[in-house]
Amino acid sequence: MEWLDSFWSTYSTLVLSTGTNVLLALSIYVTLACGLLSVANAGFMAIGAYSAVLLTLHTVTPLPLALMVGAIAAAMVALLIGVPTLRLSGVYLAMATLAFGEVVRILILNAEDVTGGALGLNGIPQLVGVFEVITSVAVALYVFLRLAHSRIGRTITAISQDEIATELMGLNVRAYKLVCFVIGAALAGLAGALNAHFTFFISPNEYGFERAVEILAMGVIGGVSSPWGAVLGGTLITALPELLRGMGRYRPLINGVILIMIILYSPKGLWDGLQTLLRRVRP
Amino acid sequence: MLAQQIINGLSLGGVYALFALGFTLVFGVLNVINLAHGAIFMIGAYAALYAVLVFHFSLLPAIFVAALVTGVAGWILDKLIFAPLRARRAPHLAPMIATIGVSICLASIIEGYFGSENLRFPLDTLPSSTLSLASAQVNWLDVNIIGLALLLMGGMLWVIRHSSTGRALRALAESPKAAALLGVNVGELFGATSVIASILGGVSGVLIALYTNSVFPHMGQPMLHKGIAVVIIGGMGDVRGALIGGFFLGFAEVLTIAYIGSNMRDAVAFGLLFSVLLLRPAGLFGQAPQRRA
Repeated sequence: MEWLDSFWSTYSTLVLSTGTNVLLALSIYVTLACGLLSVANAGFMAIGAYSAVLLTLHTVTPLPLALMVGAIAAAMVALLIGVPTLRLSGVYLAMATLAFGEVVRILILNAEDVTGGALGLNGIPQLVGVFEVITSVAVALYVFLRLAHSRIGRTITAISQDEIATELMGLNVRAYKLVCFVIGAALAGLAGALNAHFTFFISPNEYGFERAVEILAMGVIGGVSSPWGAVLGGTLITALPELLRGMGRYRPLINGVILIMIILYSPKGLWDGLQTLLRRVRP
Repeated sequence: MLAQQIINGLSLGGVYALFALGFTLVFGVLNVINLAHGAIFMIGAYAALYAVLVFHFSLLPAIFVAALVTGVAGWILDKLIFAPLRARRAPHLAPMIATIGVSICLASIIEGYFGSENLRFPLDTLPSSTLSLASAQVNWLDVNIIGLALLLMGGMLWVIRHSSTGRALRALAESPKAAALLGVNVGELFGATSVIASILGGVSGVLIALYTNSVFPHMGQPMLHKGIAVVIIGGMGDVRGALIGGFFLGFAEVLTIAYIGSNMRDAVAFGLLFSVLLLRPAGLFGQAPQRRA
């Protein structure tokens, strides 16, 4: 088991961040599956991370409670902003949620007394290990997989395909959308809280526009037809830069080219592409 | 003091408007949120800088070089990314994610070639004389930036309103299928839109590089955020809105820095944005596309 030890000491952070990124990908999968183009997840991640870290840093809150508080805090904010913003659709929703993310980042940046401003919060206790991360991912994945073919899952698919038709069938579209938005936010908050407790350090700039777009990329690259797509997307986007480590300074270039290739050859995401490929191999 | 702020607002707002014009054009016609627009903007700045440093061009020819380079980049972008995705009827998020890849690639190439440090235009290439206007000392550079921005915007507006290409463009934005039936060469016009938008982005890159006198590989990112803000304030895909929104944001920022404090600059921009979206989701001037069953 020696190789496992050396593997673990080198790659433990990578494994943990793959886990939290899969959670983030699942968090955007929920909203995308419902036809909502929301990119507020980086902001919710920040809310979850900061509220959990402030608890573990200044009080003796046990970790599970802190994680829960992180998720709930993000969910509460989502509930609050969801009611007015979910009236928007398509690109307008994307833009509003993008603006929300920036507002969160700037508020954290300017609330220096509590959040440490641009310097961030240092010396966060390293409480999260592989158990917490894997459990969270497994539970979220299990719930989504079970839901996919349930009444709720089918309603959500219906909403993403035709909102008006779904509403005409007597289903409360607005409520379903709000619930999806809030669940996505809670997951992103949880991912943020988990992530903060193995990186020692958080700062507002980790949760900016780039992060929001990265989360969206994980969702779209993986595909939104199944929760497995989110797993695939989250893992790939996290692992790709590591796999390309040998490429030296042109690593981002190759990373970018691979992203483009995936989109060009499998525009509906890797999961769909994989299914098509399998069907072709075994007719 | 106030006159000085107005000049600052005009030049910053002019650059924002120019950048947003390209961004909104691609959105309106190609229906793509082009996240590579910031990278194209950066390429423009580097092209001009290269022309000045290596070929010892003066500023105006350097701006032409930047326009040429970014125009070609826009054409390649359309042929390599947008056209294949259009042909495959990809879902509407796909081109947006692909442009993230493009943006990463371009920044990486530039960083590999020029390094990641902050580069400057040599001081003797910048006009340094000032002009007394009312109570303000106006830098020639500001005057040139404002002039060029207004010229390009005026040209764009004229083309869109009055030329046959502009008519075809508006038809294309309305419905590509109908435009094709009416004899518009849709593929070519999509390409041309990407070229024009990229040129606008590239030139605004040169102008901001002159305004702040700094050029670095990731200079496009903050600009992209601003561009998105402008386009939302003005209304997505609305050309007039992009112009007014650009000046609006420029003035809001300059006045915030002058009277509130520079660390609140971005907060004002995005706070404004968030409230515009809540109160008037289609932007100040746009009309939300209504879908009725």
